[in-house]
Amino acid sequence: MVKTRNYPNYTGLIMRRMEIDRGGCSLFGMMDETGEKFSGAQVVKAIAKMQDRENGLGGGFAGYGIYPSFKDHYAFHLLYNDEKAKELTEDYLEENYSIEKAEPIPTRKNTMIMAPPLLWRYFLSAKETKVNNGIDQDFVVSTVMKINREIEGAFVISSGKNMGIFKGVGFSEEVGKFFRLEKYKGYAWTAHGRFPTNTVGWWGGSHPFGLLDWSVIHNGEISSYGINKRYLENFGYNCTLFTDTEVITYLFDLLARKHGFDFNVIGRILAAPFWDEIGRLPDNQREICKALRMAYGSALVNGPFAIIIGHTGGIVGINDRIKLRPLVAARKDGILYLSSEESGIREVCSSPDEVWMPEAGEPVIGKLRGLDG
Amino acid sequence: MVKSSPPSGFLIDRDDERCIRCQACARMCSNDVHAYDPEEDIIVSDNTKCVGCHFCEAICPTSALIVKHNPSQYRENFNWTSEAINDIKIQAGSGGVILTGMGCDKPYTVYWDHILLNASQVTNPSIDPLREPMELKTFIGRKPDRIEIDHSTEPKLATEISPQLELETPIMFSAMSYGSISYNTCLALARAASEFGTFWNTGEGGLHSDFYEYGPRTIVQVASGRFGVTREYLSAGAAIEIKIGQGAKPGIGGHLPGEKVTDPISETRMIPTGTDALSPAPHHDIYSIEDLRQLIYALKEATRYEKPVGVKIAAVHNVAPISSGIVRAGADFIAIDGTRGGTGAAPKVIRDNVGIPIEMAIAVVDSRLREEGIRNQASIIAAGGFRKSSDVIKAIALGADAVYIATSALVAMGCTVCQKCYTGKCNWGIATQDPYLTKRLNPEIATRRLKNLLRAWSLEIKEMIGGMGINAIESLRGNREQLRGTGLNEVELKMLGIKPVGEAW
Repeated sequence: MVKTRNYPNYTGLIMRRMEIDRGGCSLFGMMDETGEKFSGAQVVKAIAKMQDRENGLGGGFAGYGIYPSFKDHYAFHLLYNDEKAKELTEDYLEENYSIEKAEPIPTRKNTMIMAPPLLWRYFLSAKETKVNNGIDQDFVVSTVMKINREIEGAFVISSGKNMGIFKGVGFSEEVGKFFRLEKYKGYAWTAHGRFPTNTVGWWGGSHPFGLLDWSVIHNGEISSYGINKRYLENFGYNCTLFTDTEVITYLFDLLARKHGFDFNVIGRILAAPFWDEIGRLPDNQREICKALRMAYGSALVNGPFAIIIGHTGGIVGINDRIKLRPLVAARKDGILYLSSEESGIREVCSSPDEVWMPEAGEPVIGKLRGLDG
Repeated sequence: MVKSSPPSGFLIDRDDERCIRCQACARMCSNDVHAYDPEEDIIVSDNTKCVGCHFCEAICPTSALIVKHNPSQYRENFNWTSEAINDIKIQAGSGGVILTGMGCDKPYTVYWDHILLNASQVTNPSIDPLREPMELKTFIGRKPDRIEIDHSTEPKLATEISPQLELETPIMFSAMSYGSISYNTCLALARAASEFGTFWNTGEGGLHSDFYEYGPRTIVQVASGRFGVTREYLSAGAAIEIKIGQGAKPGIGGHLPGEKVTDPISETRMIPTGTDALSPAPHHDIYSIEDLRQLIYALKEATRYEKPVGVKIAAVHNVAPISSGIVRAGADFIAIDGTRGGTGAAPKVIRDNVGIPIEMAIAVVDSRLREEGIRNQASIIAAGGFRKSSDVIKAIALGADAVYIATSALVAMGCTVCQKCYTGKCNWGIATQDPYLTKRLNPEIATRRLKNLLRAWSLEIKEMIGGMGINAIESLRGNREQLRGTGLNEVELKMLGIKPVGEAW
């Protein structure tokens, strides 16, 4: 969801108005754990099946493995209000990165998609002289934060390697067609159909939300937002968008990339088990869970949510600690499916080997074989 | 010259038809208000001695007594209030400092009453605490910034966790010394804390040998008088609190009058019977933050780093930077006592004019520690006039880890906040050492009432956070989005870090 205060000074097409994004929302995720690639058409079909859960005010997709010819470059997807924003952003990028390629993101005319902003993508590598601590990921994070915060009318929606986020205002199915997703092939895809209440959505506010190769799609509203945001500020993350999804993305970046936890541990932080449950665990597990709750209490995400996180290594689905939002999982022939409703899965896989409802707080992890993390 | 002493604040209204001349009031009142006249077979009441504690009213078997405000008035004057005039009359008579008890009773803004809470509607469901688990468990102590897990064999915790206090509810009993309150009162606090799963605090008066068995649920205090501080005392407690200041009397020490220093108190405090127990304004070994650090580490050394060591200060103008210094000096928790915090005895002029309200102190300290990236290093315990569960929940949303209650606990045991604790004549048997009075407090019943209070507030807190869609107290802690201010100016809202009513997220 999107909160309304102190939003960055965007105007016009990109930033219509930031308001509440709550209520329904549909999620879909699909990955081939063997690394076999498939086209985006399937996820478009699956998310379209659950159109009841969206209201035409936002849809989006993330695909992994889609830019094999530029797999070592950061692929930046940019939304611009106008040429001036583009100029300022490109000046800034040129100063700090070598730009391997810059081009408009190919789209097809779609009367259902109203007034799209300028859509550009860049394949970049950071200039060594600009990266002072030797970790260019931190530098990319700061670039994204800087552009989104400081350049009026410019917004980075995607900044990972060999992956991309495509999103906009409209029904997810139309957004998918608009971006010609059937032309891309990836080993993992996520899709989101949005149901923001009471406002017009804006392009940057649609899901997935991305940072580096993280992409997050989210259904729900978190009541712990106030403290999650303040907690992240301690670690230099500025929550400029006032959205739950942004907070969840940063929490993943902090916990996985900086603190080095695997998804099972992250699940125990974001959707911590209850003390009763912790009390019944074997000694070593109990000690770990207790310590995690003590140290990461402010990172507990409280309130109803179902999220699917995408990253280079795969996709992960997780629910809140009492499962207040739907999430179904299925497997068939090395493919993992995650969906808000089973109908989405059946649409693209009529007879899965197994279908199950993940427990509250229990992550479902799709992991690319032969890849660490 | 006509005697110019202030009129009594109270009038005793006795319904003579109801009064059965049982004389319970005459026997029981420690202030000798009531007296039986056998010749006339009437009970006469001397209003001038009445402190308004309502004890006689409570014990009168026929409900013949009503204690009322005395309607006698001076000419109305907003500058020369009755209180101002009366205080001068008292001082002109005594030539001394006016003493009082309990917390500041002046009408400074009570920010709790200007803050409203949030609740869920539609887009996120509220949670029903009767049907779903709702967690209030709280830990007090230093937390690591990150946890490391050793995955080499069975996953094992690789980060050492500092000692913690584990609370079943984020409410503890604040420091009240044995001496200022009676043995039975201490016993009830110790038992209620132990049975409920929270903590009580010895205050600066040492720990009576009978109470060592409650040590695992006791926070032992080390104050400037060092009363009763021994190796055994330090080892007995679950945590140690260095008392620098108290909300009711920032900047000054304590004074337990000799009349209250009975034999068992003399033994516990390690001072001669009948002598005044004076604790100096500063600790005579702490004149700087470095000195405080030395004491913190001396206490940690003495207890082998097995217990959290914290520091209690009064909320004053500079509370945020002071707290930052205290955390950096090694404290595992800071207890902050706001200006409405209670006391057994304090100069009235100090109680009513020094310090800042706890609401502001929590907000600025929490923000400051976060800005400096050291919030994890110490817990914040807030104290000073918590009257109800909504005050507690607001304090936690502002950033406190837990709260201390003391006046509320005494009220649960009978206290009516008459502010006469310093006289040692408490009719309710709480703030007194007179055996005739102390036996009025039944420790079993008092324990039960204290536990009831903790239970009732905990249930209410669960209802309220459940309404916000939150099922663990840590998601409320520092979550100021759940608060909105009403009737506050822009600067106050900014200091509290909250938005005005009507503003969405």
